[in-house]
Order: sequence, then structure tokens, then C-alpha cells
Amino acid sequence: MNSGYAVPAVALVVVATVLVGAFGLRISRTTSDFYVASRTVGPRLNAAAISGEYLSAASFLGIAGLVLIQGPDMLWYPVGYTAGYLVLLLFVAAPLRRSGAYTLPDFAEARLASYGVRRLAGAFVVGVGWLYLLPQLQGAGLTLTVLTGAPDSLGGLIVAVVVVATVAAGGMRSITFVQAFQYWLKLTALLVPALFLVLAWQSDGAPRHAFEEPVTFREQRVVRVDDSLDLQLARPLTVTVTGTVDGRPHDGERVRLPTGTHHITRGTRLAFAEGTAVPDADRGTGGGMSTSLVAGREERPLYATYGLILATFLGTMGLPHVVVRFYTSPHGVAARRTTVAVLGLIGAFYLLPPLYGALGRLYTPELALTGDADASVLLLPDRMIGGVGGDLLGALLAGGAFAAFLSTASGLTMAVAGVLTQDVLPARGVRHFRLGTVLAMAVPLAASVLVGGLPVADAVGLAFAVSASSFCPLLVLGIWWRRLTPPGAAAGMLVGGGSAFMAVAATMAGLPAGGPLHALLAWPALWSVPLGFLTMVLVSLATPGRVPPGTEAVLARFHLPEELRAEVKA
Amino acid sequence: MSGFLAGLCVAVLPLLAAGFWLGRRTARPETLGGLGTPVEHATFQTLHTASLAAPPLRAGLTEETARKSARRLRSLLGTDALCLTDRKEVLVWDGVGGHHRTEIMERLAGPLETGRGEAFRLRCDHPDCPVRWAVVAPLTVDDRVHGALVACAPRESAVLVRAAGEVARWVTVQLELADLDQSRTRLIEAEIKALRAQISPHFIFNSLAVIASFVRTDPERARELLLEFADFTRYSFRRHGDFTTLADELHAIDHYLALVRARFGDRLSVTLQIAPEVLPVALPFLCLQPLVENAVKHGLEGKTANAGGKCHISITAQDAGAEALVVIEDDGVGMDPVLLRRILAGEVSPSGGIGLSNVDDRLRQVYGDDHGLVIETAVGAGMKVSARLPKYQPGVHSAGRIAQEYSGE
Repeated sequence: MNSGYAVPAVALVVVATVLVGAFGLRISRTTSDFYVASRTVGPRLNAAAISGEYLSAASFLGIAGLVLIQGPDMLWYPVGYTAGYLVLLLFVAAPLRRSGAYTLPDFAEARLASYGVRRLAGAFVVGVGWLYLLPQLQGAGLTLTVLTGAPDSLGGLIVAVVVVATVAAGGMRSITFVQAFQYWLKLTALLVPALFLVLAWQSDGAPRHAFEEPVTFREQRVVRVDDSLDLQLARPLTVTVTGTVDGRPHDGERVRLPTGTHHITRGTRLAFAEGTAVPDADRGTGGGMSTSLVAGREERPLYATYGLILATFLGTMGLPHVVVRFYTSPHGVAARRTTVAVLGLIGAFYLLPPLYGALGRLYTPELALTGDADASVLLLPDRMIGGVGGDLLGALLAGGAFAAFLSTASGLTMAVAGVLTQDVLPARGVRHFRLGTVLAMAVPLAASVLVGGLPVADAVGLAFAVSASSFCPLLVLGIWWRRLTPPGAAAGMLVGGGSAFMAVAATMAGLPAGGPLHALLAWPALWSVPLGFLTMVLVSLATPGRVPPGTEAVLARFHLPEELRAEVKA
Repeated sequence: MSGFLAGLCVAVLPLLAAGFWLGRRTARPETLGGLGTPVEHATFQTLHTASLAAPPLRAGLTEETARKSARRLRSLLGTDALCLTDRKEVLVWDGVGGHHRTEIMERLAGPLETGRGEAFRLRCDHPDCPVRWAVVAPLTVDDRVHGALVACAPRESAVLVRAAGEVARWVTVQLELADLDQSRTRLIEAEIKALRAQISPHFIFNSLAVIASFVRTDPERARELLLEFADFTRYSFRRHGDFTTLADELHAIDHYLALVRARFGDRLSVTLQIAPEVLPVALPFLCLQPLVENAVKHGLEGKTANAGGKCHISITAQDAGAEALVVIEDDGVGMDPVLLRRILAGEVSPSGGIGLSNVDDRLRQVYGDDHGLVIETAVGAGMKVSARLPKYQPGVHSAGRIAQEYSGE
């Protein structure tokens, strides 16, 4: 792919983000337009900001990649990512805004008047934030590798440096405008190429076998294997090999591989003929969790799907960078309107990634073999249109992808750094916020170098699982159940969120290689969310004397509309 | 392999953190163990227990604070049972023999009336009741009996009588401090009320004079100004709630500035730069308007109208993470920092208005000492006043803008 257009596009996005962030609101006004200067953020602008912050690399690249590898089952991802806001709208949005809390730890303190629960919630914010940042950095690395052939970790490093520099320098002051800008940028970057790609698909005779199994090559294609892998062949395969297969060197010979497992050494080129089925790749033992999750899904598709649905439906409300944006709404009703608008904006966006996934199955099937399926969105214009037009559209997509990394990563970094500064680092102040920013980004950056080959949508799914098992019980019970006690909330978060966190860690370490236990750990939400709720309820019921004294007043404030509250007070 | 390593790191990190935390929690008392002689060690232990019991009592004598401190107090006294009461009922009974609750309250009537300690034998039907004897030490603050501390033991003990008296005196000191805290809060509340009242006289007089000057020449303008005046006074005289939102406070400042501009014309120019994200922040009612008033006063001071002296004021509100940063700057005569420090410390009463020091006191009271005003000034160099307002603070809730429309009195 030609990087002559893509690199300037990425640079342009980075510069535009920094500039809008720093100067978006440096417009001084005189008193004559005072009402313009002090107008609160409307639901639509705030909704665009929330959507911009929320649509991450997982949405921009990951969903298409998963659809490419595993087919239409993966459409549950966009459905879940969107439906999470429905749950948020129904149960959380307005009461959370009325609570006056800015962050999730603030909410814990406002509801339970306990500093201990506040710190525990802070710890989970940091954990979820780091889990969510990890795939963003990896996605950036992948994008830059595909565009320029740079080393894997460079893209992540660039995003990390840009984000830390802007956030630490206080450059995200007009964050609402930056994030709203990012949303429209991402939508444009995905929508415009999609229109051209659909036209190209039409002129190609509109082939319709996108979701047929198995995926086949539509033309002769040479695939270079960058990491050693094992091919699982369900039927014999004839392929032209330049390199080493099963320990035997070949040089451009046609080889007929019988049914079974074959080991392909790295650096080998395989030339597939037209109409050949794409074989299943198993990335060996150290290949990270991309294949391990796939295996779990193939063994127990129903369980995996429900695990995913529960995690995304209930996990959205606990995402630290989303929650803080609701503070910008002036009151509870505006928070609800904002959420409705978010549902519309995100729903519109998520129509596009499945389209890329389906086209990817038709035109870039070999990515399933090399493990770079997340790159299919970026490669499609070059493959289907080609020439300068293809390069330009590819550059637009690359810019959009970087917007996705930057917006989500900066939102998460601010949320994590805020918690680190306020509740973890010893003293407060500007200098400590900078230290917190560096720390917030350093840990996931180090982890992204250590962990390889993680499909971004799956990694984000794990962050959702932890969030759903810890914050969902806290928020839902905190808002709707008056007998919640601080020990109950702490125990529920520790048991639910802690077990989900352990499951994620075990999955990342690849501990149980298969079997029912593996599936349980790879999709923890289905058992860890009920576990969190149950622990919270039981421990609260067991400590009835610890219900905070002002609970009635606090719940009244959460649920009464603001105008009623004023009447009561007056 | 790298995936395995990373996973292992992720799994081990929380364990390490939990271990560190547990270690810090449990290690503290033991570190004293090696220090000094047994007597010194016992002294340390006693002081440590006493210091742990103190914080809850600083919030006054209630069921919750009594529950939190009773166990520490009992280990301080080394008795089998300890009970704290207020004037009407037993707040907490720590230790054995809880069935004596009602009896204790009956027998307390005398000591609570006279405020003098007593020791008596308990009546009990249980043959193997562990407590037979009780010492009553009243808790007296300012000659008023708030409650009593009752220590129970199996037999009479002169030592216990003496010790209970001492502990009761120590508890009394804590309750006196709690009283002091309360009166300090009341003082601040009174100051807030005083500030509301103090805003008016000068300002009302000047505003009415200005409006009067427009009545004949420009009746329409006079009408507008009267409405601004009505809006501003309605805001500043409102009764409910100690907190408002930044948006509401800014609107009040707008009304205020409209009236001031009518008086000074184009000698006064104001620029605003406000991040919409921070408009919902809750803050103490009327804590920015005095700063603006101050800036107007300082900005125009020493600049006579015929010399064409102009004053420029800028008001900015920025989003800074979990805080909003509000800066009010003027280009006026400034002030000697030494004098300003003395005004803020309350040593000198300033010439006009109690603006700065009062706002500073209230911010510190609400948000803690590290959130006071930051003032940068020098003689002839203008003045820049910055306030950091946390977006969330326990107990700070505004009655939002919608509320204001319903608050007609």
C-alpha cells in the first residue's frame, strides 16, 4: 500500500486534534454576547462528544476483522456496543447526573459516604481503563505497520506520546468540541470509502457469497506468513510453496498437502489458486489469545454469544471515560436526551463496520490466515479500487482509525490519570496530574509490547466484562436499592469484578488451553455479573446496620426531577 | 510465551498491590513493639488507642459515633462492659451484660440532673451475671450534661472510678471540640448571610441613582436596567440552598455588570472565556460576584474619568480535569502583597467590602484548605484572582438553573 498519502493523513488528524483541543474555545467574548459565552452544552453536541470518545479502534477496525474471520455471528458486537446505551438510558443516566458525581468513585462516595468504597471503585477504574487502553495502542501499531511497514510498537508509541503530551499540558480543555469533531471525522472516514467500495462491488458483478463457509480466494493470491503457524486442513489442499512446510524446504513447487495439521515456518510464501478455500490457522502456543478466544467460541458458540451480550449490555455504564461526559449535561433530563441522541449516532455508525467485514470476506480473505484481520478495513480500498483513488480512500480510513485511537485513548488517559492523581498518588496538584498521566499510559504501553496478536474487539470485550461485573452492580443497586451498604458494595465489586479480572488475566496468559473451563474464563460476564450482584445483595442484607444515614435523602435527590426538588426546598 | 508473561504480570500486579495495602494496614501498631521500656510501650499503646477513639467523637455524640468509639474506649479502660448514653437513651453498649440497658437509664436520672459522678451496685436476677457494679461519669460541656459514660465491672474498684472519670473528661474535651466545630460552621453560615446583606447598600444606592438618571432621557434603557436590578437582587436575596451552579453565578455577574456599565459607560470593558463543560459545577452561592465587584473597584480606582482611564476585566473558566479553574483579572492599581496578606489573615479590616477574605474563608470551609483563593498582585500591576472549584465534593449540591425559575418568593 502506498504510504505517500496515508502518512500525511494521519499527521493531519493528529495536528487537527491537538489544535481543536487547545484552541477550540480560546474565543474571547465581550459581555454583550454573554448568553452565547455561557450557554451549556446541548444534548446533540454532547452526544456527538460521547460517541466520539466511545467509538474506539475496536469499532473502527476490530468488528470488521472479526466478521472477516468468523462471519455474521460477530454482528453481536455492534449490537451490544449500541444496546449498552439503552440500559444506561433506562437505569442510570438521569440519576447519575442528578447525583452530581463527576467520576465513578465520586458516585460511590456520594451514594455510600464511604472513603473505602471510593478507593476500591478508583482501583477498578484504573484496571478497566488499562484493559481498554491496551487494544487502542495495539490497533495503532497495527495500522502503522500496514501503512508504512514500521515496527509493530511504533504506532502505539506515537499515540501514547501524543496523548500524554496533550493531556499533561492541559491541551484537552475544550474536550467536548474535540470529541464531537472526532465523531464526525470517524463517520466520514468510514462512510465515504464505504460508498465507493459498494460502487466497486457493484461493478464487480455484486458477488453475494460473502457469508458462505468456507471463505474462498476469488483470484490467485500469494500470502506471506510472517509468524510460524499451524494449518488445520479439513480436506487436501494444493498450493505453490516458496519456503518451508513441515520442515521440508520447497522452492516454488506445487505441493499437495493431505488432510491434517501442517506447520508453516515464518517467511514462507504460499500461492493459492483461484477458488481455493482459506484454511484455518492455529497460531501455535505463544500466539496470544486471538486464536484461544476463537477456539472457545467455536466450541461453545451459544455460551460465548450470551457472555458477549451480557458484558457489552451492562459494561457500557461502567466505562470511566463515558461516565464523565454526562457531567457536562446541565440536568438529568438533558442527560437522558443526550443518551437518546447517542443511541442514534452510534447506531448509524455501526451500520458501516459489518459492511467492511462482509467485503473483507470477499476481497481480503487471506488476512484470516496471517492474523492481521483487523487491517482489512485499511486494505480494502487498495484491493478493490486501486490507483490514486484507492490510496486516497485508504488514507482517509487511516486518518479515521487514528482519530479513533486518539479520542478514546485521550479520554481514557484523562479518566485514569484523574483517579491516580486524586485517590492513589500521595499529594494533589498539577505536577501530580502530569505524573498520573504518564503512569496511566506507561502501563498499557508496556503491556502492549509484551502481549502480541490480540484482536482489538476481543480485548475490548474483556474490559467490558470487568466493567459489567464491578460497576454495573454498584450503579444499578446504588440507584435503585436503598438497603445497599458500604461493605456490601465493596464485597460485590471485589468478588464480581475481581473474579472477572482474574479470568481475563488467565485468558491472556493462555492458562487453560481448551475445554469448558477455558470458555468460562474467556467469556466471564455470564457468571461474574450475577456473582457480583448476588454478593452485593447478600452482604448488604447481612450488614443492615451499616446502611448510610442519609440514604433516603440521597435517593430522593437521585430520582426527583430538579424542579420538584426546588419546590420541596422552597 | 510473551502472552503468558503479560497475563502473569496482570494477575500478579493486583496481588502485589493488595499485599502492600494489607501489610501497611497491619504493620503499624507492631512497629512500636521494639521501642523503649514496657512502661513506655504501654504509654504508646494507651495514646494510640485514645487517638483512634477521638476522630469519631469529633462529630458530636450520636449513635454512630458512639458505636465507632465505644470499643476503643472500653479497651482504654480495660472493663467488661462500657456504655455511652445521651440524656434519653443508651447509644451503645459494648461488651457483656447488655440486659442492664433499661436499668442503667433509670438509675442515670440523678447523675444526669446533677452532673456528678456516681457508683452503684446493679440489681440483677441472673445468678451468673458478669457485671455487678457500675461507675457513672457524666459528660458535661459548658455546664450542660450531654450524656454519660458508664463502665461496668464484676466488683467494686476505686481504680475504675478514677479511670472512668479521666476518660469521661477526655471524651468531654472531644465533645467540646465538636461544639467548637459546630459554632465555627454557624459562624461561617452567619458570615454568608452577612455577605448577602452587605452586598446591597452601596450598590443599591448607586444602581438606583444611575437608573434615575436615565428615566427622562432614555426610559427604555431605564426599564431594562430596572429589570436587571430586579433579577440580580432576586438572585442575591434568595433563601434556599447554600450552593448554586457556575452558570447561575455567571448570570448574576452579567446582571451586575450591566448595572455597573450603565454607571461607568465605556470606561469598563469585560471579556469572557468560558468552557461549557464547567457550567454545571456547583459552588458556594455568591462567591464569584464579590471577586468581580472587587476587580471593578480596583480597576477603576485611581483612574479618573476625565483622564480617560479605562479598565479591562477578563473572566475565564477552564476545564481542568476534575476541577474547574476560574480566573478573574483586572488591570487596575493592584495592591501591596503584604497588606493583602494581612487582610486575608483578618488582621486589618479592608477599606470597603469584606469580599476577598470572606470568599477565601468560604472556599476553604467547603473544599478544604488547599482550595483557597490564589491572588497574584503588586502595586500598579493589576490583580489576578484564581479559584479552583472541584467538580464533585461530598455535600455540595446545587439547586440547578431550572430550580431558579420556580423559586419566586
